[in-house]
Amino acid sequence: MVPGKESSPGADPSNLWGNAREGSDVTTATRSRTAAPAPAPAASAVPRPGQGLVVDRLTLTYPSERGAPVAALDGVSLTARPGELVAVVGPSGCGKTTLLEVVCGLLGPDGGSVGGPPAVLMPQRDLLLPWLDALENAALSLRLAGQRRAEAQLAARELFAELGLDGFERARPQELSGGMRQRVAFARTLLSGKPLLCLDEPFGALDAITRGEMQQWLARSLELEPRTVLLVTHDVEEAIVLCDRVVVLSRRPGRVVAELEVPLGRPRRAGDAEVAALRADALVLLAGTGS
Amino acid sequence: MRRSLRRFAPAALLALALLGIWELYCDLGRVEAVLLPAPHSVASSLWDNAGLLAHNFAVTAEEVVLGLLLALGAGLGMAVAIHLSPLLRRAFYPLAVGSQAVPIPVIGVLLVFWWGFGIFPKLVVIALICFFPVLVTTIDALASLDPERAKLLRTLDASRWQTLRFAELPAAVPAALSGARIALAVGVIGAFIAETSTPTTGTYTGLGREIVLDAGGFQTARAYAATALLFGFAIACFYSLSAAERRLAPWRRATAAGVAR
Repeated sequence: MVPGKESSPGADPSNLWGNAREGSDVTTATRSRTAAPAPAPAASAVPRPGQGLVVDRLTLTYPSERGAPVAALDGVSLTARPGELVAVVGPSGCGKTTLLEVVCGLLGPDGGSVGGPPAVLMPQRDLLLPWLDALENAALSLRLAGQRRAEAQLAARELFAELGLDGFERARPQELSGGMRQRVAFARTLLSGKPLLCLDEPFGALDAITRGEMQQWLARSLELEPRTVLLVTHDVEEAIVLCDRVVVLSRRPGRVVAELEVPLGRPRRAGDAEVAALRADALVLLAGTGS
Repeated sequence: MRRSLRRFAPAALLALALLGIWELYCDLGRVEAVLLPAPHSVASSLWDNAGLLAHNFAVTAEEVVLGLLLALGAGLGMAVAIHLSPLLRRAFYPLAVGSQAVPIPVIGVLLVFWWGFGIFPKLVVIALICFFPVLVTTIDALASLDPERAKLLRTLDASRWQTLRFAELPAAVPAALSGARIALAVGVIGAFIAETSTPTTGTYTGLGREIVLDAGGFQTARAYAATALLFGFAIACFYSLSAAERRLAPWRRATAAGVAR
């Protein structure tokens, strides 16, 4: 694969994986952690603990009904080490959601590649099914993976206890608050068993107080259930409180304009002075993304 | 108690008022009793013929219930098949629409030729009349899965079959029940059509045949008494289905109650 050459949209997953491995120096570094003697061609289909995410020069353009096509992503590259929490921030409409959908395999890119472990999307809306109770909603991932009702619910019940959701097992979604619904949606996402979580503005629709509580809850939950996380948010503070690294995207079409390490200890709180300082830095970087 | 009073009182009062006007109209001698019997003579006919009418009612009620179940099964089955296969949709849907224009007497004799003088040809007629609202409402509801929800199911690796089972079918239950309610409303008249447009031996009973015989034999009061039974039965069926809906789709309680109230 010649560097800089874009792969075709519907490329075979093994080729995409090949691209990602050979695409850049960063990729090779990531791969070396898990370097298997002979990487299987269809590696992207097999869950591998400890496998990182490599997104390499993704481009994606939406055809639009009237006028010119809309470029959503313009050569976005980023990586996430196994177990790393990476935030993607950027102005509204910069292609953040599109990026997650490509990483999760829901959209094919026009160019570039994604290599990494199986990824699951947690959409912005909780999308709980109203005809199932909270426990059944969380267990849906396991039911779809072919588990029987009883064993799926048993596993979900254990996770509920771990995530502080016990007592709400039989509540109907419409009886739950926005925050509780997102917790159930997060439990459903975890139970998919995929090592890479793509969280799309999970707390975007919540009020400020609930959002703060949910950030702390998510941080604790991810300590108990470590995963590689790609978190999309427009809230820079949230990105800094939760994540190890912050990737800043430009206005549409999205390009990576900066990356910010978050070298702070945990737990972090939204009001901390260090968080505020980093937030100021990030806002300066974000301001530079304007046209 | 108070709640049920508030719920049923308006209909009861309106029915009483209409009966009163009807009674007055007849008592003032504006119309021959053989054309329009007064409510009191309908009531006494109901009382005098209780045994005969009860027997006929049982036959017709069985036709309506079984015919509707057949219609529900056929409507749901076709809806799922058409939903899953664009080819079936193109092939089948226009014919299903056309089937609603077929006058039943045209095929009545054929149905009896195939299945005899018993209840089954009647059930087929009722199903033919009633499956269509179930089919249409269910197809539309199956196709209206929120695209975001479809995306969620894809990211959780749901198969086509699982998407149907876990999301599309449950989401379609309220609409299918609405279709069933429409079907029910035409189901009772469907039973009348079924009884009167399929040839039957003299031993076969039913309110439909009863009404036709009475209307032709100047037994108008008894025809009206039989009609009153059909009238009440349609109402009872409709509200039983609303009660079933609250059980089958409790997450839709608000909308379901809104229709039934």
